[in-house]
Amino acid sequence: MLMKRPLLAVAAATALMASTALAGAETLRWARAGDSLTLDPHSQNEGPTHALSQQIYEPLISPDMEAKPIPALATEWGVKDGDPNVWVFKLREGVKFHDGADFTAEDVVFSFNRAKMESSDMKELLVSIKEVRAVDDYTVEMETDGPNPILPNNLTNLFIMDKGWAETHGVEAPAEFDTGEETYAVRNANGTGAFMLESREPDTKTVLKANPDYWGKGEFPLEVTEIIYTPIQNAATRVAALLSGEVDLIQDVPVQDLQRVSDADGLKVDNAPQNRTIFFGINSGDDDLANDNVDGKNPFSDVRVRKAMNMAIDRDAIKMVVMRGQSAPTGVIIPPFVNGWTEDLDKYPKADVAAAKALMEEAGYGDGFEVTLHCPNDRYINDEAICQAMVGMMGQIGIKVNLIAQTKANHFPLISGKETDFYLLGWGVPTFDSEYVFNFLVHSTTDERGSWNGSRFSNPEVDDMIKSLGSETDIEKRDDTISKIWQIVQDEQVYLPVHNQVLNWGMKDNVNFPVQPEDQPHFKFLQYN
Amino acid sequence: MAPRGEDIDQMEMIKRFVGSDLVYKFNRSPVAIIALAVTVLLIGGAVLAPLVTSQNPFDPASLNLMNGFSKPMEPNQFTGDTFIFGADDQGRDVYATILYGMRISLFVGFAAVLFAMVLGVSLGLLSGFIGGRTDIIIMRIADIQLTFPAILVALLIFGIAKGITPPSMRDEIAIWVLIIAIGLSDWVQFARVVRGATLVEKSKEYVQAARLIGRSSVVIMIRHILPNTLSPVLVIATISLALAIIAEATLSFLGVGAPPTQPSLGTLIRIGQGFLFSGEWWILFFPAITLLALALSVNLLGDWLRDALNPKLK
Amino acid sequence: MLAFIIRRVAQSVVVLLVVGLVAFSLFRFVGDPVENLLGQERTIADIERVRSQLGLDQPFPVQYFKFLKGIVVDGNFGVSYRQGRPVADIIAERAPATLELAFVSAVFALVLGISLGVYTAIRRDGWLSNAVMTLSLVGVSLPTFLIGILLIYVFAVELGWLPSFGRGETVKIGGWTTGFLTASGLKALILPAITLGLYQMTLIMRLVRSEMLEVLRSDYVKFADARGLPSRRIHFRHALKNTLVPVITITGLQLGSIVAFAIITETVFQWPGVGLLFINAIQFVDIPVMATYLMLISVLFVTINLIVDLLYFSIDPRLKADGSAGGGH
Repeated sequence: MLMKRPLLAVAAATALMASTALAGAETLRWARAGDSLTLDPHSQNEGPTHALSQQIYEPLISPDMEAKPIPALATEWGVKDGDPNVWVFKLREGVKFHDGADFTAEDVVFSFNRAKMESSDMKELLVSIKEVRAVDDYTVEMETDGPNPILPNNLTNLFIMDKGWAETHGVEAPAEFDTGEETYAVRNANGTGAFMLESREPDTKTVLKANPDYWGKGEFPLEVTEIIYTPIQNAATRVAALLSGEVDLIQDVPVQDLQRVSDADGLKVDNAPQNRTIFFGINSGDDDLANDNVDGKNPFSDVRVRKAMNMAIDRDAIKMVVMRGQSAPTGVIIPPFVNGWTEDLDKYPKADVAAAKALMEEAGYGDGFEVTLHCPNDRYINDEAICQAMVGMMGQIGIKVNLIAQTKANHFPLISGKETDFYLLGWGVPTFDSEYVFNFLVHSTTDERGSWNGSRFSNPEVDDMIKSLGSETDIEKRDDTISKIWQIVQDEQVYLPVHNQVLNWGMKDNVNFPVQPEDQPHFKFLQYN
Repeated sequence: MAPRGEDIDQMEMIKRFVGSDLVYKFNRSPVAIIALAVTVLLIGGAVLAPLVTSQNPFDPASLNLMNGFSKPMEPNQFTGDTFIFGADDQGRDVYATILYGMRISLFVGFAAVLFAMVLGVSLGLLSGFIGGRTDIIIMRIADIQLTFPAILVALLIFGIAKGITPPSMRDEIAIWVLIIAIGLSDWVQFARVVRGATLVEKSKEYVQAARLIGRSSVVIMIRHILPNTLSPVLVIATISLALAIIAEATLSFLGVGAPPTQPSLGTLIRIGQGFLFSGEWWILFFPAITLLALALSVNLLGDWLRDALNPKLK
Repeated sequence: MLAFIIRRVAQSVVVLLVVGLVAFSLFRFVGDPVENLLGQERTIADIERVRSQLGLDQPFPVQYFKFLKGIVVDGNFGVSYRQGRPVADIIAERAPATLELAFVSAVFALVLGISLGVYTAIRRDGWLSNAVMTLSLVGVSLPTFLIGILLIYVFAVELGWLPSFGRGETVKIGGWTTGFLTASGLKALILPAITLGLYQMTLIMRLVRSEMLEVLRSDYVKFADARGLPSRRIHFRHALKNTLVPVITITGLQLGSIVAFAIITETVFQWPGVGLLFINAIQFVDIPVMATYLMLISVLFVTINLIVDLLYFSIDPRLKADGSAGGGH
């Protein structure tokens, strides 16, 4: 049952191509807050790193500008007839790497094996794959340890390297941190993508040039001929660079500067809901809390306290004032793109301090209690300001919150190390499926799952249901289980959702480039009007 | 300021002498008068903050987020509240926040200078008076200290503090860490000046005389030498106060300053600079102008003091 | 003389070792590098594996000893956790940016500081002098980062005259990248150099002014004046010359702190120097980079201190009797 994938996006792009004359050399100056960590495509599973790699390297299946999977180095894929444990991929023919080598099945096998190595940061996405084998030069089979209906979703950031190039330069394994020397692949790249690496100074400047032999000519606009990528950390400086015309596109416009940017001559702002939900985690599982003033018991273990807190959050005020309208308040910790999301889950209670106070009274905490809230201050949009607002809202129902806002390097270990009882976290769902969220945030903490479950919520029944999702092939039954799990998570108020982030890109007026929901620009789609 | 042999009334005499001279000069310097007036006004406002404001911005439960970004002197479109200097992103009255924030800035500034002064003066006295090996060691430590600029010292101390304190206490210690960090980077100046003055005084006859009649070293240092170093110490202290207030602001910019729920002037400026391009100028402008007024008047006072106390400039 | 030099050099080495130990030990507490390296989607087994690869599971003295041994034995400052490259290479790559910026700032501070200092001393009660003195105080009464952002706002955003970030076009000569040879590189230097040099300029100006005032009051100047020498000649031939020795000493000492204060300027202007590298390293808990940076800054300071001491020693014969006199002023 090999199925043909619709090529709508590509067709549309081609149609547009016809009307746009290629206007010679177009340099795009692109800036965002952080740099890519490494050019080695398998050593970091991180947004800004993939964003740069996506220009140079290509996966089998690539997300397009709407984050929908479209064919890249694979042209067709499907589950093998008669064997639900095997996925078959037909590869694109006639593709060449930047150094001129041919792209074939052995490169795919090599790259997947490389990405499954211990030093790879991508291996979690491939745990279900038992073997990758080349059937012929342009066909690859992947055998999983059970039916895996959503495998292709995991492959959109899995980049293909040239086997020969990797062997020549001794980079058969992803870069490790203890090598003592940087590996060649950290600062050099040889992909099949639309752009080739010209030069790179980490944290300073990276220059890419259009690939003259790109296979996608005629299928994508490919109007950009050169990309100059500069990370600019300080938000004010970044906005100033856009306002003064020194860069053409910035990916993270602070919400307070949106108006200024869109009012400026020759500039505009484009936005799209992001695949990331911001929420508060509360430790409901432990018998006593380390960071509160209640001895001998855990106030968060009472569901009425959790419900009261949920009710006291004025999400609309956070949206209007803190986020300047740039957020979508929600009652669940997944964004609408994700399989399992429903309008019903998304509903959130109107802020009701009186009712929340009554619930607190009922739970025996009428006089409130004191607790510490941990918050990052450099990770999410206005993260610190959201936490500050939360401190006020909790104060209104008698919970005195001490806020500790710090850099993400200090914040995240508190969550994964289970040292915080009350914290802010944002979660994106690259696989677009609820299972991903359950594995990390809902399942009890074990060696394989629940590493980010700071709520300490633990329910063996739920754990079993989560495990069953991995190999359930009956889509309807699987979706049913997903909705059951969500019901429990919502009833128990395991987390306190706040909102889904909205992405804002600021750019020159003549740039036609819609915002991609995963914050991943693919410059081959960029057009000039 | 010529020191005399016998002692009891000496300090009193010097004080009166310097005092009357200072007062005379002060009355003839409009800059000094204005600077002192501004300083007193700002410090007074900070001390009396709860009496002259209607909101306590450090009590989050009393804030209304919907007041956020209210313009100065205009009623908020949702709540109808009016704020003379506007409201910030959390709905805090900027006027009240400045006064409360200044309390933190001034506390950090004064405490840091006091710490630096006590440390620097004692080490300087010891170094100059005892001399020899003690002198070498203390001055070497001063050199090491100078090797680290205030920012680096502060980052290092934050490192230690974070390592040895439980997370729940970090909020409370943040201010003390600031004080120690700024104080530690400032003591060398005091020590050097006092050491220099001590070396000069040590050889003078009255000290020799005091030694001869059997006064202990401590008494000689405190009763005889210390008073003679007071005027340069006062000048350095004044200028250090201004520096400490600025240093606190800079550290807050780097994210190691006062916590956002209890912002100092520096933290307010850090928050405000994010709104420079967006038209909410008041969130940056009023704290910045307050900091400028405070630091400038203290600097002017220090400047004036230095000129006024320098006998050569008469 | 030789004994004095040997003693000072030995003392400097001890200072460096202490600084290195302090720096290295403290940064172990700043945060967890493993957390940054691995990102959100990693397992507990990953953490253990990377921790042992980085040697973070070893006792602390062992880690420091390894660090020192690497430096002393083969000039190896370790590998940056963040970039996976030798720290020495990264610093060498970034140093030109910071040194050029520091150099231009120092020249700016020196030239403007001395001229304004002389002017305000000669015209002690003129209104322009008073205005300059007051303005200079305004300059030091605002935090550097705010001055930088205000400069960007006025000259880059509103007027559009100067770039707001980075070094502009650079030219590579051997291992050194320079911004001095292109128009955009020179333009990019202006705002950061002013931001960084402003404080030092005020300091130098005030120093020159007060030294000048003292010299102008001295007997030989009064005598020269009485003899009827032209005042220009008195001011520049005699007075200024005598003020320059302390000015040059202080400037030398300040050069080190310019490099250190570049941290803030580089953050505001996204200037790709070692200061920005250091701040990034703090964010990513990149201990080898942080420790190396601090060691290098200390080497710089200690060297300057040493040179100043030796200069004093050779200039001022009185010190030969008391070799232990403290460094600096």
